[in-house]
Amino acid sequence: MQELDQLLSRALAEVSGAPDLAALDQARVQFLGKKGELTDQLKQLGSLPAEQRPSAGQAINQAKQTLKTAINERRDTLESARLDAELAAGAVDPTLPGRGQVPGGLHPVTRTLERIEAIFRGAGFAVHDGPQVEDDFHNFTALNIPEEHPARAMHDTFYFADGRLLRTHTSPVQIREMARQGAPIRLIAPGRVYRCDSDQTHTPMFHQVEGLVVDRGVSFAHLKAVLHEFVEVFFERPATLRFRPSYFPFTEPSAEVDVLSDAGRWLEILGCGMVHPNVLRNVDIDPEEYTGYAFGMGVERLAMLRYGVDDLRLFFDNDLQFLRQFR
Amino acid sequence: MKISEQWLREWLDTELDAAALADRLTSLGLEVDSVEPLGAGLDQVVVGRVLEVLPHPNADRLSLCRVDAGTGAPLQIVCGAPNVEAERSYPVALVGATLPGGLEIRGTEIRDVRSEGMLCSAVELGLTDDADGLLELTDESPPGTAITDALGLDDVIIDVDLTPNRADCFSMLGVARDLSAGLGIDLKLPRTLPVLPVMDETFPIDVTAPDACPRFAGRVIRDLDASANSPTWLKERLRRAGLRPIQAIVDVTNYVMLEYGQPMHAYDLERLNGRVDARLARAGERVDLLDGRNVELDDDVLVIADDTGPVAMAGVMGGAASAVDKHTTHVFLESAFFAPAAVAGRARRYGMHTDASMRFERGVDPAHQGRAVERATALLLEIAGGRPGPLLEVVNETYLPAHGSVALRRARLAQLLGVDIPDQVVSDILRGLDMRVETTDVGWAVSAPPSRFDIALEVDLIEEVARVFGYDQIPEQTGAMPGSLPSVTESAVSLSRARAVLVDAGYQEAVTWSFVDAELDRRFAGGRDALALANPIASHLAVMRQSLWPGLCQAAAYNLARQQERVLLFESGVRFIQQNNELLEENMIAGLATGPRLPEQWDAPATSADLFDIKCVIESLAGLSGDPESFEFRAAKHPALRPGRSAEVLRFGRRIGNFGELHPTLAKALDLPAAPLLFELLAGPLLAAVPPRYRPVSRFPAVRRDLAVVVGQDVPAGELLTAIRLEVGTRLAELRVFDVYTGEKVETGSKSVALGLILQDTSRTLTDAEVEGIMHGVVGCLAREFNAAIRE
Repeated sequence: MQELDQLLSRALAEVSGAPDLAALDQARVQFLGKKGELTDQLKQLGSLPAEQRPSAGQAINQAKQTLKTAINERRDTLESARLDAELAAGAVDPTLPGRGQVPGGLHPVTRTLERIEAIFRGAGFAVHDGPQVEDDFHNFTALNIPEEHPARAMHDTFYFADGRLLRTHTSPVQIREMARQGAPIRLIAPGRVYRCDSDQTHTPMFHQVEGLVVDRGVSFAHLKAVLHEFVEVFFERPATLRFRPSYFPFTEPSAEVDVLSDAGRWLEILGCGMVHPNVLRNVDIDPEEYTGYAFGMGVERLAMLRYGVDDLRLFFDNDLQFLRQFR
Repeated sequence: MKISEQWLREWLDTELDAAALADRLTSLGLEVDSVEPLGAGLDQVVVGRVLEVLPHPNADRLSLCRVDAGTGAPLQIVCGAPNVEAERSYPVALVGATLPGGLEIRGTEIRDVRSEGMLCSAVELGLTDDADGLLELTDESPPGTAITDALGLDDVIIDVDLTPNRADCFSMLGVARDLSAGLGIDLKLPRTLPVLPVMDETFPIDVTAPDACPRFAGRVIRDLDASANSPTWLKERLRRAGLRPIQAIVDVTNYVMLEYGQPMHAYDLERLNGRVDARLARAGERVDLLDGRNVELDDDVLVIADDTGPVAMAGVMGGAASAVDKHTTHVFLESAFFAPAAVAGRARRYGMHTDASMRFERGVDPAHQGRAVERATALLLEIAGGRPGPLLEVVNETYLPAHGSVALRRARLAQLLGVDIPDQVVSDILRGLDMRVETTDVGWAVSAPPSRFDIALEVDLIEEVARVFGYDQIPEQTGAMPGSLPSVTESAVSLSRARAVLVDAGYQEAVTWSFVDAELDRRFAGGRDALALANPIASHLAVMRQSLWPGLCQAAAYNLARQQERVLLFESGVRFIQQNNELLEENMIAGLATGPRLPEQWDAPATSADLFDIKCVIESLAGLSGDPESFEFRAAKHPALRPGRSAEVLRFGRRIGNFGELHPTLAKALDLPAAPLLFELLAGPLLAAVPPRYRPVSRFPAVRRDLAVVVGQDVPAGELLTAIRLEVGTRLAELRVFDVYTGEKVETGSKSVALGLILQDTSRTLTDAEVEGIMHGVVGCLAREFNAAIRE
């Protein structure tokens, strides 16, 4: 028995000392293999007296079991160490940049237009566009701006040889759509507009969104509410608005709307008013039955306020260093 | 319109300060641009009397003045102004003063001569924008008097930006009237009493064009003192309104214009012949104007003529021949109502914009002409003496603007504004605006004063009530939502979805001008002429673009010149095509790519983008439609694209756009270092879509067979693919081109195309025999149609 104990201790020491799986396997063969030392012990049982055989056999089997468990445990340890080493060898540097394409971005004007459209669509406004090369009737006359009207001097209009012109605002769309659909109507008209003017604060082309609601019982109070709500939704913050009497031939009463800046200054953001009865008559809508409001906003202006852009001309330079700021 | 606060307060009794007055003006619709205190920084500026003017010993253009500035011993001041004279008073900035422009006055040597202060012009005091020479102080304020006291500079200038409908506010009277209504206080008008004539002389007035000049008032004044100067208060008021004092007679007419809004003209009586006549010019007539120009008149220009011909362009500018000057002693004063339509546009036609034309075009008070003459006469008598004749007025009532009464319905007012305003408030507001108001069953009958040209409809009155009542007093009211839901279609892909595809593919959106250079556009359009602007803003922005490519190419050049090596841009917008006398505004989606295919990175080769990079983008866009099979790509020439590297895109057999590599000659012309890749597609047909249509998913395994075929170089791969699709039919789940090879291993003039066919049936697993049968068919078909050989 003492012999067996010594054998087991030796075997366990071999196992725990095995540096790798091959050495462990060698130890397993040495002690548990067909010709292994523990196996030999079993083979020698026959030479023991019969009454000792059961207890000796039991002791040997127990020793075998202990050794097997030790071998398995050692194998698990060695295998997991091997896996760790393998994985460590396959490590990459995750701080290296990702591979492939980098997305571009929308132009800030488009980004702004899409937000404005989404906001008004949510309130049931349809989105319409119209021609950019317009005629005098839709751009001026139908909007209550007759020939020789001083308000025409407010528009620096691009003309073509045949008398057509580039629309100076998106308001012609309200004429076209009211003539087509009649009342009630609720729309916005985003798009490019043109004025023959170019300096630090004017570009010959810019973007506008026109809004129009004509229905029974529409009032200036509705106009105030919708614009106040729009400004707060657009800028995602409470806003103080000032409606200031102004003049547009196609609305009356007319107002310009200022928003109070953090610095306490009033910033003009849009123009609006109640649709002039002459405009409604021009599209065969009875101004006694229907009233409406209209508003027009400069998209670049809103984008500048929203994103802190300080130079209008940046929108049309198409400088990637600028555009990439609007992913 | 610049308003002096001092002047305003003479007419309005209010506790409000200048800033509050300005706010109220703005809230009334008279938008205040700026509020500038006058006289700030002038505490070290005093009245100085020049005792002696000597030439500067070392400089011809400078003079040496001895000036009594009330500081004890006279100061020695070097002065460069040509109009300095002894025995006259000017403002003196003493040593230590800092003028409004930031100039600090120090005792200094100018050309080796000591100078102890500076004699000032009105500009240097910040009173005006331009002046010639020193500001001469005519009234006797003793030397040493603070200039702010001498000139009454304790004032604030409120600059009001008028909208074109408010002609009546081009005067102190109009602005003060509006403000009095806005503040609910009375207007204290200066009293204008008729001047008693002291002689019978009149000058004959004819009005040949009574429709253009329904009222003409005139008066002769003789024996004015030609040497009389306008008093300081009057000069100051002119200056503060932005007008330059010139000479007493002219100053007085200008003053009356500021006060009442009535432009006047003074003729030198001795230089008028026979009579004056308000008539239309005869074509070809000429007149010498006050600004020194001699212009030829059109026959729709209203003039004032005497027996020798036109002496003034009516309502625009006086003539040189009959102008008053510093020797004038006898004058004929004109104060007329010229109809807006008779004046509108005339000044602009001759390149002018005068204080008179601005007012007449918009409309002056047609009842006010006589009162203006009385006011001017009274002022002139006060300043320069003289003997007035009787006021002569020629009036043709028929042509005076009619001012009927306008009905204002209480219910309409409440409905349009969305607020109930008490009756008393409404009538007070209207009366405060000088309107006559009578109550009716349903509201009011209102007559506007003649000065108001913007009150003809009920809504005009509603606006008046609203703006005086205050837009801020109108509540906000949320309206009911509409009853119908918006349509959300699947028959077209939204533009924003298409943009997202491009953005995700690395493209940055650009917005380029709709107008481009004519020659460049023509080259891109293969010689077709564009729609040209009659008044382009610049010669390189002269025609409406027929393609988005020129703008994108220019944007690329801009960026490449700024150290960007990889430029991917797209734009969605309209192109303008003239076709059969019709203009088509076509919505396009266009893109440009130049430089490396991928942003420079550590594990990808720096390959340049080529045609197939942009084709991939086009295919992605085509895929949005849900019907990519309806698209077809064909090699095709395009005037702007490099031959052999250009193609057209068809959908349902119709061409919807082109793509390819920019023609090298155009790339050179645009200063592009390398030819970029371009695509341009009609957005409408590109984005037409069909909703997805379910097809059963096969539960049976697919089989892949590869095939390399050798065909002639010129056989388009697309045709091979089409032929295979037709041959195999529905069992072809997918078809891939995984290699194209030319080189040693194939015959010159041929290429090897490696194809991967993925075959699958929805009802069962294909047997080997079936697969072999299909492949056999494919090989046969390709051999037949393209003379293709199998490459082993």
